[in-house]
Amino acid sequence: MSELCLFVIGASHHQAPLEVRERLALVSEEALRADLAAMPGLREFAVLNTCNRVEFYGVGAEGEAPASVQAAYCARQRFDAAEFERIRFRLTGRDAALHLFEVASGIDSQLLGENEIFGQVKEAYDAARSLGSTGAVLNRVFQRAFQAAKHVRTHTGISSGRVSVANVAVELACNIFGSLAGARVLVLGTGEIGEGTARAFRSRGAADLAIAGRRAERAAVVASGLGAGIMRFEERDSRLADYDIVVCSTSAPGAVLGTAAIAAAMRRRPARPLLLIDMAVPRDVESSAADLQNVFLYNLEDLARIADENRSAREAEVGRCKAMLALRADGLWTQVKPHLSAADIVPGTPRRDAAGQAASP
Amino acid sequence: MFADLTDRQWLWGAAGFYLVGLLLGTASLLRGGRTSGAAIYGAILAGYLLQFIGLGLRGHAAGGCPLGNRFEIFQFTAWSAITLYLVVGVTFRSSVLGYFTSCLGAVLTVLSLSIPSWDAVRRTHIFGGNRWIELHAALAMFSYGVFGLLALASALFLLRHFSLKSKRVGGWFSFLPSIMDLDHIEVRLLGAGVAILTAALAFGSVYWSRDTATVGHVKLAATVAVWAAYCAAFGLRIAGRLLARRFAWTCLALFAAALLSLQAVDASRHPGAPPVLERSPP
Repeated sequence: MSELCLFVIGASHHQAPLEVRERLALVSEEALRADLAAMPGLREFAVLNTCNRVEFYGVGAEGEAPASVQAAYCARQRFDAAEFERIRFRLTGRDAALHLFEVASGIDSQLLGENEIFGQVKEAYDAARSLGSTGAVLNRVFQRAFQAAKHVRTHTGISSGRVSVANVAVELACNIFGSLAGARVLVLGTGEIGEGTARAFRSRGAADLAIAGRRAERAAVVASGLGAGIMRFEERDSRLADYDIVVCSTSAPGAVLGTAAIAAAMRRRPARPLLLIDMAVPRDVESSAADLQNVFLYNLEDLARIADENRSAREAEVGRCKAMLALRADGLWTQVKPHLSAADIVPGTPRRDAAGQAASP
Repeated sequence: MFADLTDRQWLWGAAGFYLVGLLLGTASLLRGGRTSGAAIYGAILAGYLLQFIGLGLRGHAAGGCPLGNRFEIFQFTAWSAITLYLVVGVTFRSSVLGYFTSCLGAVLTVLSLSIPSWDAVRRTHIFGGNRWIELHAALAMFSYGVFGLLALASALFLLRHFSLKSKRVGGWFSFLPSIMDLDHIEVRLLGAGVAILTAALAFGSVYWSRDTATVGHVKLAATVAVWAAYCAAFGLRIAGRLLARRFAWTCLALFAAALLSLQAVDASRHPGAPPVLERSPP
């Protein structure tokens, strides 16, 4: 007879470089779940498998269950056990709960404060619950993790601001135009960065998108991929007034948009602001255009600086988030601990759900 | 217990709630979090209800709209601005506007309550039982409330414009509404304010045309100047001649001028027929 414990075992970007994480990612998740479901001494479990982490949360016999889960994973994944032993982490009790809180909140993520992980944790929990592999302890731990994550995201700046250059550009456009649904976007240049920014605009609701490149064939390919219109590069000055946002990323040796042309365009649309995003090096837009009324000019350095500031602002919030989450983990642990110490496990005992009903393995 | 409260005590209570809204917003902004729209809206609503009771008691005692001295004019202007915010403010989807509205409410009410001389003497029955001239005064003050909200929106516009031009968009600035949203709010508020003030002057002119001696030249000139200036600003904005930062600065300057003009309006009220004066209760 062993005592039950809450544990998490896994590996993430903190310990494993990308080439190792590629091998860590579960290829047959369902088969491994079946292995774990049949494992004696493991009462509850959930699997979190993302591009940056593989983690197993469980409730089972202290000492034995984590080791068995590790062995089952290495066997199923054909991952060298000794190598996994070197890169893996293992936490138990309150620390395991706190780890889940931090993961769900995004403060353990490679891109600090990112939101995607919350959905991934939720999917992992939903999958485990639908399989019947969660019970009284994991149900409570995961639900509290979601509450804690929402709390820190709402009450701290851990998710505020954009941290990629393309998203910073989109955020700037939102600061000027509000909704992007009615904004007209022109992308000058067909390089990777311009295309990526155009994609970011599209994903945030910009419906009216046009591409103009010095090489018409390449512009046509990019426009087709984005579902955007095409404009002749030579028409950029004469049709500038038609657009609200202009993203420049050409490899031209000098400016392709002069202040005089921009001023002329603004005279035709004085009431609407113009956002110029210059991502080219050397710059595509004459810097004196920034002095024009209702014109907002940002270059690559500006965008990178804002992204850095946002990243720093998020980092500054980590300590506060951790303190908030630790308090919540302490509170949760005082509730969960008595359940674990009271329920000793006999090997082979079937798992039970929160209502105390026997769950199928 | 509440039946014994004086109108000023109700108005102090209202000012307290507006201050709570202001402090809630300031605290959450200093913490770096979003301002709690619901909490601020609740504080403003509570303050508004108390102010409604306080002004109602005043109006009952005065036998008409409570506009008998500078204290009441400031209170009524704050109440008008907050009425408009409560009716249309939620559609702006900006908790920052709520924060600034509570700021305006707190400043106007606390200032007027803190200067006893403004409320030492008040005129009663200032409209001489004429409902049209009372409507004129109420509408005129309501339009000033609208212009107060317009000044707030303009201040937000200038802050947002400054943040974008100076490329400082993080921290506190990230909670500001977009430039275009603020511009739309400004235009709508200016249009509404001009329409209400025009109606107020139309009602007043009917009364004035019957007896031109009842309105002093200073009041007449100040009122018409404020109205004409706002009309001109609206016309220039619609024509695309007064835009963006200049438009916002103009709205701010006009509101300052409008507030200053109240002194002239108040001082030259009914020169031909001195109103009944009474001491306000302490």
